[in-house]
Amino acid sequence: MKFLSGSYQLLSSAMADFRRDKIRTALTSLGIMIGVLSVVLLIALGLGLKNYIEGQFESLGANLLMVMPGSGLGGGSGFGPGVMGGVNFDEKDVRTLSRISGLKYLTPVAFKSAMVEGNGKEESGYIMGANEQFFGLMNLQMEVGEVWGKTEVGNRSKVVVIGNSLAESIFDKPADAMGKTISVSGIRLKIIGVAEKTGDGEQDNALFMPYTTTFGSINPDKQFFFIYMGVESKDAVETVAKEAEEALLKRYKDEDFSVTQMSEILSTINQIFGVINAFLLAIGSISLIVGGIGIMNIMYATVTERTREVGIRRAIGATRKDILLQFLTESVLLSIFGGLIGLLLSAAIVAVVRIWFPVALNLMAVLIAFGVSSAIGIFFGVFPARKAADLSPIEAIRYE
Amino acid sequence: MKEKQSIISLKGVTKEFVLGDGSVFTALRNVNLDIHRGEFSSIIGPSGSGKSTLMHVIGLLDKPTRGEVVINGGDVSHLNDDETSYLRNEFVGFVFQQFNLLNKLTIKENILLPTTYARKKFDYKPSERADYLMDMFGILSKKDQYPNKVSGGQQQRVAVARALIMNPQLILADEPTGNLDHKTGNEIIGLFEELNKKEGITIIMVTHEMEIAERTRRRIKVFDGEIVKEQK
Repeated sequence: MKFLSGSYQLLSSAMADFRRDKIRTALTSLGIMIGVLSVVLLIALGLGLKNYIEGQFESLGANLLMVMPGSGLGGGSGFGPGVMGGVNFDEKDVRTLSRISGLKYLTPVAFKSAMVEGNGKEESGYIMGANEQFFGLMNLQMEVGEVWGKTEVGNRSKVVVIGNSLAESIFDKPADAMGKTISVSGIRLKIIGVAEKTGDGEQDNALFMPYTTTFGSINPDKQFFFIYMGVESKDAVETVAKEAEEALLKRYKDEDFSVTQMSEILSTINQIFGVINAFLLAIGSISLIVGGIGIMNIMYATVTERTREVGIRRAIGATRKDILLQFLTESVLLSIFGGLIGLLLSAAIVAVVRIWFPVALNLMAVLIAFGVSSAIGIFFGVFPARKAADLSPIEAIRYE
Repeated sequence: MKEKQSIISLKGVTKEFVLGDGSVFTALRNVNLDIHRGEFSSIIGPSGSGKSTLMHVIGLLDKPTRGEVVINGGDVSHLNDDETSYLRNEFVGFVFQQFNLLNKLTIKENILLPTTYARKKFDYKPSERADYLMDMFGILSKKDQYPNKVSGGQQQRVAVARALIMNPQLILADEPTGNLDHKTGNEIIGLFEELNKKEGITIIMVTHEMEIAERTRRRIKVFDGEIVKEQK
């Protein structure tokens, strides 16, 4: 009971203080609020960026394995035939890899940029010669028309599915491209489908054709730049990658090719974002410090008045403990109040921004922001009171 | 048994202050003093004579450098901070020249402030006593106002009411009329006289105005840190 009535007294006394010292209350809470808001939002943005990029990669499928020339992503300086060094693959490699069990998809990719003529226009595009499994592997949906199949690959049919942007730039509307003919490297191809927009620049400007059709003027050496493999289950990715590596090692040297898992790419992304997030946290900490200095200033601006108050309270019977408890209660309430408002604001902003961009709240960031700004608020709230309580009441009352 | 019982005694009290340049200033020199229950005394003397320091030591706002302070027969010089705080809370009520009210609390909240630090069980309702005191001092209509919104005389009445809320045995008043005009000052002294006569409260008042001191029954004259003369 004693404790309860004491707590009630402390709370009501703190509330009376806030009521009368509205500006000090508002400014102190504001300092804490800004600190929490900036840290939480910066981290939310960092996480959002990471989620966004991960999402882009994951849409390719987490079960994807890419056989690439050279040492792969680690040592590569960029994409494109020839720039990675190493070998180019051929049909024999595809046959070798097809013997691995656990594969759902397997397709070679002959990749080349080329000028595309059609409808009296000339545009640049990307040739992607693959087999019929490519569409399933990439989860490529058609806006109009349909994809070609195994028969077309077998017959070296001169058919093509084109990317959405390419269709728009040559024929204005994707539907208008249907049944039309375009030519690339002297080969005339009939458009049988236009893919939906993917957001990927290469795919949206691509000419997806049977890889056998590229054998000729486009790809006289019958070589492939990538071989993509889709593994049936996520658990088998590791084993399949290993088997693919072993199979290819019989023909090539280790440094000439690489088998890269999407999960490796994701872990590289994670590493990069670890650094970016640490960086954002550093920026956030700066605003925490700035907010903290704001709190400090306000507390110090009122220190004379508050020291007198402590003196008066001590003169009429408050013990040191009473004073400390009172100021601690006040500071804790202010910190929680400011922190919660900062948190609610961040949550609201995050909820709105999420509509366009996958930002996310991070518990760690919330705890750090809340903890640090509260600590600053509480320290600078209690420290002057502690000093004042150590003075004799009469010294405190006369403090200037 | 003595006819008059001491409520507070100072035995050989010396108070020294270390100044900014390191030198020592002696504010009180070997002071011996007995205050009896029910007395209305004044401490008089020029500025800097040590009369305020004397009152702070009596009121446990400051500790003596040497000597003993005895309250109701017990030495309180060596009590710890908590115990001294309780004594300040229950035994004594202060009235200052500068009123020393908290402007962020209402007049009634100011009067009730000492009760928030009380350890004793009340045999009365503090809120009712506050109303009674405000009524007696003619400030009941101001109870929800803030101190800086009322006159100096009213503020000092609030301060006196605050000093009385815990029903103390001793009232210490440090130049209580110093910030008031002549008429208002007289009214406050009148209030003290009434409290002393009707309720038997012991009152010690520091003043440098002879006219006011003459209204008390005992005058203690302090000069240069020593009690030089007593008039009864």
